[in-house]
Amino acid sequence: MSLLPSFELIRAASLAEVVAARRSHADCRLLAGGTDLIANLRHGLGSPATLVDITGLPGMQEIAIEPAGLRIGAGVALSRLVDDPLIRRQAPVLAEAAAAVAGPTHRASATLGGNLCLDTRCVFYNQSEWWRHSNDFCLKHRGTVCHVAPTGNRCHAAYSGDTAPALLVLGAQAELGGGGGKRWIALDELFREDGAAHLALGADEVLLSVRLPIAAGLTAGYEKARLRRAIDFPLAGVAVSLRRDGDALAELRIALTGTNSRPLLVSGCETLIGHPLDADALQQIGKLVQKQVAPMRTTIAPAHYRRRVAAALASRLAARLFSAPTPA
Amino acid sequence: MPMILSLTLNGRPRTDLVSDNLLLVEYLRDVAGLTGTKRGCDGGECGACTVLIDGAPQHACLTLASRCGGRHVETIEGIGSPGRLSRLQRAFHEKLGAQCGFCTPGMIMAAEALLRRNPDPNEAEIREALSGNLCRCTGYVKIIESVQAAAGDAT
Ligand SMILES: Cc1cc2nc3c(=O)[nH]c(=O)nc-3n(C[C@H](O)[C@H](O)[C@H](O)COP(=O)(O)OP(=O)(O)OC[C@H]3O[C@@H](n4cnc5c(N)ncnc54)[C@H](O)[C@@H]3O)c2cc1C
Ligand code: SF4
Ligand code: FES
Ligand code: FES
Repeated sequence: MSLLPSFELIRAASLAEVVAARRSHADCRLLAGGTDLIANLRHGLGSPATLVDITGLPGMQEIAIEPAGLRIGAGVALSRLVDDPLIRRQAPVLAEAAAAVAGPTHRASATLGGNLCLDTRCVFYNQSEWWRHSNDFCLKHRGTVCHVAPTGNRCHAAYSGDTAPALLVLGAQAELGGGGGKRWIALDELFREDGAAHLALGADEVLLSVRLPIAAGLTAGYEKARLRRAIDFPLAGVAVSLRRDGDALAELRIALTGTNSRPLLVSGCETLIGHPLDADALQQIGKLVQKQVAPMRTTIAPAHYRRRVAAALASRLAARLFSAPTPA
Repeated sequence: MPMILSLTLNGRPRTDLVSDNLLLVEYLRDVAGLTGTKRGCDGGECGACTVLIDGAPQHACLTLASRCGGRHVETIEGIGSPGRLSRLQRAFHEKLGAQCGFCTPGMIMAAEALLRRNPDPNEAEIREALSGNLCRCTGYVKIIESVQAAAGDAT
């Protein structure tokens, strides 16, 4: 017996082929590295009749400096992001976040696009078919009740991709392509706070690439809390970017993963601009984070731990970056 | 849907009819009869299925066989031969890097990829390269010593 449900694999060589495949095949899923999708299909989380391999689309494997910034194709493997000299020079925080994803074998096939579009996660969802069946499934897939918040009517599964916060603190944009052509949006607009439908992609749209503005004088970093030091998804992950002007903070962005159904750009950081990052300011950062995150009982670590660890990681990381030498 | 898959398996070209949904681990074990590659989990968690595809370690349990056309797949059967162990196999054997042996093929393939890329890795580099491979028996110390011994052998 096969481990995977039966499906047809279509290798798309152009965006038009992806759009055509999705129009003519009702139950269709996009396949990049497959490290998330194939594992989920093996767990019976969906049985699409068609998979469309998008890694061969033009531009998907490119990393290039363009007038508008550094553009990275959605099909670029995470292992390449970790090692690429251009990424390490222009966006070291992205290399750092990519290196924190899963293990080295996963990173060799996992792509940036797949990491950004990663399905949300929950202890009641990422389980085998028989496990979920014995629990009468759940709202996100085949069931009617959310076991995390049974009185509510939405899924709270956690967004758990590591690279999204790193890209968000760099002000990344995302290029989407579909039947209506191509468009650029702020990466932040790709996500929604809904564990069962966390991507704001049109039905026939594909994430083609991301673009980072080249920002001088910005330092950035990424840190994640996880159960084991390797392989594990973030219980909470935090990226911070900042620019220091003398003794004062001139720019600050904080983004989180693992705590909500979408990666979260923390709001309210502007109140700290123009002041030194002293103990009060660091406490303020912790408070901003604690107030905005909404971890639910979707991991085996309790939600209050993830809330507190997110705040602690954010203020520690900000302090470290503030005292680090300014990049050239 | 069935398709014709032509690839190089442990240095030998071969062609098979495979269905689109066949995983590489099923192809290796059930079609090619190479049972050295293990299936230890239900997808991507344990590393027991690690093989090399064009020299890079990959999970055979997350890879579709139909995506391996034209590529060079190496499994534990392509490393050494009966009576003539590779330096990594000899080191795992002599340094007791294998106990029940279930994780060993994956460990050796991941370590093989590392030593080809970096013939003289330090301990941190070995730990990093094997960080996706789980072992329930050894506690890892003997595995790391085995890779160190193999690297020492080569120099
Ligand atoms: C044991 C294990 C540990 C892991 N640990 C981590 C971790 O620590 N951190 C982490 O972030 N991830 C982790 N992952 C998840 C996964 O490996 C990575 O997120 C990886 O980057 C996914 O990329 P992929 O190319 O393999 O995606 P795929 O599996 O190919 O796709 C993932 C999803 O995105 C969609 N998709 C892919 N590309 C596009 C695109 N261009 N446009 C629109 N939709 C697209 C697919 O349809 C699918 O729904 C782990 C996985 C495993 C099995
Ligand atoms: S949060 Fe609720 S609905 Fe969503 S996956 Fe978990 S149990 Fe299911
Ligand atoms: S069998 Fe492939 S990772 Fe466990
Ligand atoms: S030797 Fe038994 S799992 Fe590693």
